[in-house]
Amino acid sequence: MTPIEFTPSLLVDRRATRPPPVPRRSTAGILFGDLTSALLTIVTGGLILLAAPAIAKWAIIDAVWTTGNPSACQQAGACWAFIADKLRFILFGVYPPEQQWRPLVVIGLVLLGVLMTLAPALWGRRLIIGWTVLVAVMLALMWGGFLGLSFVPTSRWGGLPVTLLLAVVSLGLGFPFAVLLALGRRSAWPVTRFLSVFTIEIVRGLPLVGLLFVASILLPLLLPADWTIDKLGRTVAALTVFAAAYLAEVVRGGLQGVPVGQQEAARALGIPYWKTVCYIVLPQAIQKVIPPLTNTAIIMVKNTSLVMIVGVFDMLGAGRSAATDPAWPAPYPEIYLFVASIYFVICYGISRYSLWLERRVREKDYQ
Amino acid sequence: MTTAHRLQDAPDNTAVLIEDVHKWFGEYQALKGIDLAIRRGERIVICGPSGSGKSTLIRCVNRLEAHQRGRITVNGVELTGNLRNIDAVRREVGMVFQQFNLFPHLSVLENCVTPLVLARGTPRAEAVAKARHFLTRVRIPEQADKFPGQLSGGQQQRVAIARALCMQPSIMLFDEPTSALDPEMVKEVLDTMVALADDGMTMIVVTHEMGFARRVADRVVFMDHGKIVESAVPDEFFSHPRNERTKAFLRQILH
Repeated sequence: MTPIEFTPSLLVDRRATRPPPVPRRSTAGILFGDLTSALLTIVTGGLILLAAPAIAKWAIIDAVWTTGNPSACQQAGACWAFIADKLRFILFGVYPPEQQWRPLVVIGLVLLGVLMTLAPALWGRRLIIGWTVLVAVMLALMWGGFLGLSFVPTSRWGGLPVTLLLAVVSLGLGFPFAVLLALGRRSAWPVTRFLSVFTIEIVRGLPLVGLLFVASILLPLLLPADWTIDKLGRTVAALTVFAAAYLAEVVRGGLQGVPVGQQEAARALGIPYWKTVCYIVLPQAIQKVIPPLTNTAIIMVKNTSLVMIVGVFDMLGAGRSAATDPAWPAPYPEIYLFVASIYFVICYGISRYSLWLERRVREKDYQ
Repeated sequence: MTTAHRLQDAPDNTAVLIEDVHKWFGEYQALKGIDLAIRRGERIVICGPSGSGKSTLIRCVNRLEAHQRGRITVNGVELTGNLRNIDAVRREVGMVFQQFNLFPHLSVLENCVTPLVLARGTPRAEAVAKARHFLTRVRIPEQADKFPGQLSGGQQQRVAIARALCMQPSIMLFDEPTSALDPEMVKEVLDTMVALADDGMTMIVVTHEMGFARRVADRVVFMDHGKIVESAVPDEFFSHPRNERTKAFLRQILH
């Protein structure tokens, strides 16, 4: 081997090309730094001070925290006792009460899956297999009918596990379809391109509620009589198609951001097309569209609440029907606040996680 | 595969044979009847003004572009729409691009390892050993765990060369490898290429680095408007260019 002689390359410090950090401002500086800030601070502060006593009076001071007697909630304050009383119903719906440890385990399994997904080091084929197994276990556990577990039809499933399952399954199944649609839309073959554009535009052009009605009412009429597909299954299908169409456009945006040279380099190296897509192009494309992907994921989590319209009993549906109990005096604000706070925790979690991912991608570029 | 193997053992000493090749992009004709034969171990430098078709020509050699008329044969395998032949040719031909085209989401080491694993099914441990070997050869073994975005242009281009060499090609294509570099980084890349040439690699280099051409090339080919205008050994090419267009080009590039 010939020894190579050359001058050592100049050490280029990439940090030098990084924009200078914005100096941190003190809290007082942020609040009263200039006239506009000061005015805004005073006005919003005033509004908060005006509203705070009323809210505190309702939510804390006058609130009924525990009672066995619903009529104790006739007063003006918030009736948190109602939430305590109906908690199991909101979380698990009409699932047989003595079997409710099963949906509880399902919630735990979803959390386990989420924890598994958080660390980028674990991303890969094993994670996909892991989630598939987890979802299969969750469904089996919900259904039962084996090992002495009683059979519970999907019509009795409800509450938080249904919300979580709908979100996880529709996003998880929707994503691979989205990738295919996005690739199809950029395909050189006119037929593939047309079918992808057609699917995406039709699905995006329909409101989700319409899609859910088609799936739950129209589909059984169109299919042969002996084909019975579970209503929950049809709902999942509708949500999946909907998620796929929206995700497809996000993924396409990412694909457009990956330079042509990346694919050319892969081709020149002899890497087969699908491996190039999976290992070279998609990882880069997805990194570029983390914010809109997060956006779609959050929207899909909240969209699952629309399944209530076709009679699937998700968490919001369970909450609503809990509130109609005539024994309690119209505890609507409490129940919606409670359900909303669960949605908020989920969505805020997704949002914070995506910010962390973005920062991680940036650090890989500079450092 | 059988045809590929049979032809590869042909006694002929030709690495790349380009015969009457034409290429159109829509209405625009980029290549107008190119004839060029390159022997094993030969180093060809292709130069010419931009838009002359030189990049298109070498991109046809590993079928990043498909020619529409004529024949291109690489190590005895003819490039047609036949995917097996294309695979066989890409196995033999490595390429280095103007924009490096490293995979930014992979570390330097993974840039070399991943193609081996994905394209050849090389076991990981073996691929890693190979990658480290070639990174050492281009003199940047210590950068293996960094990401491309953290390296200078010259270092990135050397990684790109190492990545191509990992596939152990018998022919290397260079498409303006130093054109995107800051001037102070050109030398380290050219030195790497000189070392490669000294090892007997067959090289087709599109470049305007006339110093490199003088020192390394067996033949300098000048292209203009999709045709080969002049082809000569470096001495003759630089001291006695025959064609007017070559003379004009050299006047511009050497001053």
